[in-house]
Amino acid sequence: MRTEKMRRSPLSTSQTTTTEHHPALAHQFDSMEQQQEASTFGMWVFLLTEIMMFGGLFTAYLIYRLKYYPAFVAGSTSISVSWGFANTLVLIGSSFTMAMAVWAAQKGYRKSQVWFLIGTMVLGTAFLGVKAKEYYDKWDECHIPGIGNQVIGKPFNAWGGCSIKDTSLGNIAEEIRDPNKHGNPNIPEVAAEQTAKRTEIFFSFYFAMTGLHAFHMVIGLGLLAWLLLRAKSGEFGPSYYTPIELGGLYWHFVDIVWIFLFPLLYLISRHQHGV
Amino acid sequence: MPERHFLNDNYGIRSWLLTKDHKRIAILYLFSITFFFLIGGFFASLIRLHLLTPNGELFEADTYNKLFTMHGVNMVFFFLIPSVPAVLGNFLVPIMVGTKDLAFPKINLLSWYLYIAGGTFSMAAMISGGVDSGWTFYAPLSSGYLKTHVIMLAVGVIIAGFSSIFTGLNFIVTVHRMRAPGMTWGRLPLFVWSNYAASLIMILGTPVIAITLILLALERGFHIGIFDPKLGGDPVLFQHMFWFYSHPAVYIMILPGMGVISEIVPCFSRKRIFGYSFVAFSSIAIAVFGFVVWAHHMFVAGISVYSALVFSLLSYAVAIPSAVKVFNWTATMYKGSILMSTPMLYAMAFIGLFTIGGLTGLFLAALGLDIHIHDTYFVIAHFHYVMVGGMVTAYLGGLHFWWPKITGKMYPEAPAKLAALITFIGFNLTFFPQFILGYMGMPRRYWAYPPEFQVLNVLSSAGASVLAVGFLLPLLYFAWSLKYGEIAGDNPWQATGLEWETSSPPPTHNFHHIPIVTKDPYAYGEDAEVTVVH
Amino acid sequence: MSEPTHSHPTPGLYLVILLALVVGTCLTWGIAFVDLGKWNPVVALTIAVIKAVLVVLFFMHVYYSSKLTKLTISAGVFWLLIMITMSLSDYLTRTFLP
Repeated sequence: MRTEKMRRSPLSTSQTTTTEHHPALAHQFDSMEQQQEASTFGMWVFLLTEIMMFGGLFTAYLIYRLKYYPAFVAGSTSISVSWGFANTLVLIGSSFTMAMAVWAAQKGYRKSQVWFLIGTMVLGTAFLGVKAKEYYDKWDECHIPGIGNQVIGKPFNAWGGCSIKDTSLGNIAEEIRDPNKHGNPNIPEVAAEQTAKRTEIFFSFYFAMTGLHAFHMVIGLGLLAWLLLRAKSGEFGPSYYTPIELGGLYWHFVDIVWIFLFPLLYLISRHQHGV
Repeated sequence: MPERHFLNDNYGIRSWLLTKDHKRIAILYLFSITFFFLIGGFFASLIRLHLLTPNGELFEADTYNKLFTMHGVNMVFFFLIPSVPAVLGNFLVPIMVGTKDLAFPKINLLSWYLYIAGGTFSMAAMISGGVDSGWTFYAPLSSGYLKTHVIMLAVGVIIAGFSSIFTGLNFIVTVHRMRAPGMTWGRLPLFVWSNYAASLIMILGTPVIAITLILLALERGFHIGIFDPKLGGDPVLFQHMFWFYSHPAVYIMILPGMGVISEIVPCFSRKRIFGYSFVAFSSIAIAVFGFVVWAHHMFVAGISVYSALVFSLLSYAVAIPSAVKVFNWTATMYKGSILMSTPMLYAMAFIGLFTIGGLTGLFLAALGLDIHIHDTYFVIAHFHYVMVGGMVTAYLGGLHFWWPKITGKMYPEAPAKLAALITFIGFNLTFFPQFILGYMGMPRRYWAYPPEFQVLNVLSSAGASVLAVGFLLPLLYFAWSLKYGEIAGDNPWQATGLEWETSSPPPTHNFHHIPIVTKDPYAYGEDAEVTVVH
Repeated sequence: MSEPTHSHPTPGLYLVILLALVVGTCLTWGIAFVDLGKWNPVVALTIAVIKAVLVVLFFMHVYYSSKLTKLTISAGVFWLLIMITMSLSDYLTRTFLP
């Protein structure tokens, strides 16, 4: 004997109070509001996974920073704090333009949202340009970790001079031994060399973390380009601006990662070293 | 059987490969998962064959290492982790919450394609000679010394990980945002609670193994020094990062299986589940606690003894919610009207075998004992009891329970019961001797062993051949049932729950009318309280 | 068509937040050259957390969002902290003798 378990209501008098169908409403959702809420929540859950992914790198970084602190200080000194500072401002600016783009889309201001998206892309590209210059500098100074000289021509060498024939102490090891910088004139050459070797791990994290970040920025630029096309065609307005809102969430997240990367990578014990 | 349903609504290969219907995606997963299960099983057979003799006469040591690696990787990443969520979860979760599809159907399809891509890399690694790192990829062996295609396999696992992440994301958003009117959290079937909890783990844990394997690949390819002691790296760090995911991963595997049991036991006891809230919250508790016990895999790896103490204590704590479930299932059966259907046979086997597996986990969580039994066959027996005796048993039980709903046809009962019995006997014969072997000191991952262990090894291998038969039989009779099986009808088990309210197989949009839920899903029997909320 | 029911920040508010972020960045950079001993990283990370919170609350609209969104973010931070603290608990107690 089966009892009537659930009252059922025919589809046509179910939750949707309006008989109009927004063209962007996907079939699995009952209303634009449900779609917007579900999509935004979905993007937040995705950002959770990104927190854990970058988090793994941050955890490993923290452990090595504790283990090899002098090497991390030396490595941090050798990257340009001015460029890092400038890049941080650039990215924060791009977060502002992105937030404005979402605001403009929500208000229905077509031209503004397009210009703000373009602004975000310009600033994002500038950021990547600076990073490219920074990576080039590291290559030039022989600070790219790992792989042999057959591949990139300048193998990792923080303790000796950059050219193989140069037997003078490299810039990092010099740094470590400099009494004006470290206050300890008695660090023996061997210890300085050992510390300089350990900076390879710092640079591994530098490239892994900024590299993963840059990869996310490149994807972000792709997403922005796609959003730009849709914004130009007038797709977004007060009743539907979810994609640009989600794009904004992604972009701000990438900004937040950099907000932490800047002090962790560029500002380790700077007070001893000046600009 | 209804005239139009999700299986015949559309024809042609494109309608399957480009489907957005969660039910069709579940079927796609069913086929691919079965494929990888067979591959993993094939490697298991080779292992057990080789271990018949103590002197390693069948394979070389290096080849043996490849066998257990490929067995482990295929079974863990390409079978166990997706199995219940991707097949049964994908099919049932939207129906159980009362909606038309998952929140993001295209992402669901992407999930399947990512799984296939990951599996392709795994097959490629196999075909190009196999990998011998162990499924745990420990550094610096895998990053600095092996000559096999470690990175190819690692890439496969990373991609499959993203498949898992997207499945979990879909489930979480669906359960939060797409429940039918009246479907409160307290009225969700426990299968949904379990899959939700497993999805939390998928979301929070899988990204960590992704970054770990990426770092491993960078280390192996470019020797950056992160895990290599010669360059200042720390191999134990790899283990921390690896197990941070891989321990919660075992809860990804078992929680959905427990959800299946929570559906089967009340149905075939004709009784409301005992302690619904406790079972529901215990799933969440397992998901949360599961994240703080990972270093119990590392007790002898060189971690601090104080940290080991903490992890050991927490490992005992994480057993408690699982025990709660076992008590509740048993209490549900007490004074129930038990029907020994095939799903119920699997469920009862689960309860017993999972208990043994779970309790032996506690042996391993004890620091002093672990020093002796770590990396022995005791560990292998423990995790096969929970994974095969637990998870695979639950998966099979669930397949049998919902087969009529998915296909509209009944499987043949007699061969099914026979297969369940053969599987049970074969399983215990295979793995119980391994507890004894481990306790006696036989190490794991060894291609040869002292001759005094041979009798138990032979018993184990004999059991494996029986188990293989038990696993192959369902393949045969499920296929048979598609053509010759009895028409099942909407609710052959007289079960409660939204999925039994719709036709078998369900229509593409799951329901003909959106349900409005007024009761909880376990109103079995006369003593069930009926609550009607307007 | 339905208007969104939650409110949104104004461009003015966004500008204020932008200013705060720029100030925070300059502060971080400037304080890095002052010797505060072991407090340097603490100060730098505190400012970073404040900046991140501002971005989350206002640029990402979480201030105006549902409890579920706030819970989700808290869960993420909590899990990250579990990973960091419990891993560190091993390394920091290795040479500790009672």
